[in-house]
Amino acid sequence: MDVLASLIDGIFVALEPMNLGLAIIGVIVGLFVGAMPGLGSVNGVAILLPFTFVIQSVTGTATSPMIFLAAIYYGAMYGGAISSITLGIPGASTAVATTFDGRPLALKGQADKALVVAALASFVGGTISNVLFTAFAPPLATVALKFGDPEIFALMLLAFATFVGLGGDDIPKTIFSICIGLVLATVGFDIVSGEPRLIFFDITGFSHGIRFLVLAIGVYGIGEMIWTINSSRYGTTMTEVNLSFKGIMQSVREFPKTWKGTSIGSFLGFFVGILPAAGATPGSLMSYGVAKLTSRDPKSFGKGNVDGIAAPEAANNSASTGAMLPMMTLGIPGSPTTAVLLAGMVIWGLQPGPLLFSEQPDFVWPLIGSFYISNVIALVINLAFIPLFLWMLRMPFTVLAPLIFVLSLVGTYAAYQDMFDVRLMVLVGIAAFFLRLLDYPLAPAVLAIVLGPIAEPKLRQSLLFSDGDFSIFFTRPIAGPITVVAIILILLPLFKFVRDKVRG
Amino acid sequence: MRKAEIVTAFLLGIMSLYFMWKSGEPPEWNPDVGRFANIGMIEGEGPGSGFWPFWLSAIMFLCCIWIAVNWFRKTSPLSTSEEPFLDAYAIKMLVLVGGGLFGFLILIEIVGFYGAIFAFMLYYMVVLGRHSIVQSLVIATALPVVSFFFFDIAMRIVLPKGYLEPLFIPLYDMFL
Repeated sequence: MDVLASLIDGIFVALEPMNLGLAIIGVIVGLFVGAMPGLGSVNGVAILLPFTFVIQSVTGTATSPMIFLAAIYYGAMYGGAISSITLGIPGASTAVATTFDGRPLALKGQADKALVVAALASFVGGTISNVLFTAFAPPLATVALKFGDPEIFALMLLAFATFVGLGGDDIPKTIFSICIGLVLATVGFDIVSGEPRLIFFDITGFSHGIRFLVLAIGVYGIGEMIWTINSSRYGTTMTEVNLSFKGIMQSVREFPKTWKGTSIGSFLGFFVGILPAAGATPGSLMSYGVAKLTSRDPKSFGKGNVDGIAAPEAANNSASTGAMLPMMTLGIPGSPTTAVLLAGMVIWGLQPGPLLFSEQPDFVWPLIGSFYISNVIALVINLAFIPLFLWMLRMPFTVLAPLIFVLSLVGTYAAYQDMFDVRLMVLVGIAAFFLRLLDYPLAPAVLAIVLGPIAEPKLRQSLLFSDGDFSIFFTRPIAGPITVVAIILILLPLFKFVRDKVRG
Repeated sequence: MRKAEIVTAFLLGIMSLYFMWKSGEPPEWNPDVGRFANIGMIEGEGPGSGFWPFWLSAIMFLCCIWIAVNWFRKTSPLSTSEEPFLDAYAIKMLVLVGGGLFGFLILIEIVGFYGAIFAFMLYYMVVLGRHSIVQSLVIATALPVVSFFFFDIAMRIVLPKGYLEPLFIPLYDMFL
């Protein structure tokens, strides 16, 4: 009952005019960035993170900027389907699976049906995941309160190990990516000894450390734009969509037929979303696969089966909420977008982790309430303004790209008024483009940059406590199993390698 | 791609060694402490300040060796790739876009953010986008104007203005 009362209070706070307005703007921005090929939720929240300082200074609370960013996250999950269906290009990687059946249905002249199914499945997925989040988050936070330094470090190790064991990218490049993120997070002054560390070439700009914003906007603003310009050299054709109120209502009436795909996506997406290194993209792809596997007519998948749209769309929305669960309760983000949100919370003066629920209920519950509100807003705006988003998709990339570049540079400067940050951000962006070209995964680095300043003190405190004995991570009842699982995950590729060798 | 893979691994390996070297740097105010004295356990203090970055950099270095071994054994996808690292389009795009961005950074020092935004938008839309001059001028003018009213006037975040500073004084008088 406490949870329900807190949730209702939270929803009322989320409905206050300022918060509601921010949620609406956030959803619209999210729908736009989600729909634009080359941009996704992480780009939206990273590029607009500096502007949340303004929101915080106006409202005087961290809740409103977080509601704004969470709404962008939500909107982007809805928006990805628009370009997947009408252009055949996923607006974001999370909407890749939507293309498989969304595009064929659009080519059959039923783009309106595909768009409506995608929006409704997203809504159902979002709602179910919100209920699951509300049910699981408080007890998980209570359990997490018992965690000490070794347990928290073991959890972080587990998060990184998941990338190595399950990430699917080149192993040495993934480990390199994690380590460089952790190392870059140490630049500046050591908080324990006060000694300067890694002040490269004695450039004074490094003495305040490399700010997360610089890396996030560099990677997801500049780097992503250059990547998109390079990879979208061949034009696209947009499918004509004939939308009518009657057609929309007809599709709404037929939506219950997709219950199976929607249910699979909603539940599977949530639990996959919780895993670090997983998130909405694998969640939606897995849900698509399971929906096809369990379908009575699997051959129709890939040819415009509505379950093939409902499953991934429900899943990517559900997974985005799932990824918030470890971020809010344990302080460990499950995806790059939640890593940016976590960094935002730190910048606004909050301490993410289990104590958030007991010490900052005024922040937590309005935010959870806003998830429900944003989900409704996203559905309404998505359905009501599909023609507007289709029109916006026609915006030439040669107008959008310089706008994003300008926004990235101005936003980086506005946050700390430091030109060093702006120059470094551009360099980071160009470096990110080259590393991506060479298959270096960047998401682990972004997560590492966020988790580094938390992980290092936890490790040092643990080793101080144990007199330098690493067995502390194995002998404690909670830390031990987590560390063992992390080590197994790290060694998983080795097991696979040995198995393949044995099998010849 | 094959050459780029090994060259990058080599460069990143050098960078990792530099990080290891920097991590073990003693503090300037204490010349008695030797290099790398901070990368292990310090009595009563736990791990030293260089412990975490040094060993992580060491892992980075080992990863570069691992990448190189995969390259020699041709077991990674890029080590067998015949594709060029950057084709003619990518090189042209990098020169034009990257050059534009560096130009933007230089212009900020000279004509400030607003002047640089105007020039960058105009350059990008006319040279790269091949939009009409009129359309490009409208957007290139509107963006710094909107930005000025948002940052300088509404949010009181003063962006650098370079040599154009005197032009903004009447605007401040009018709106602040």
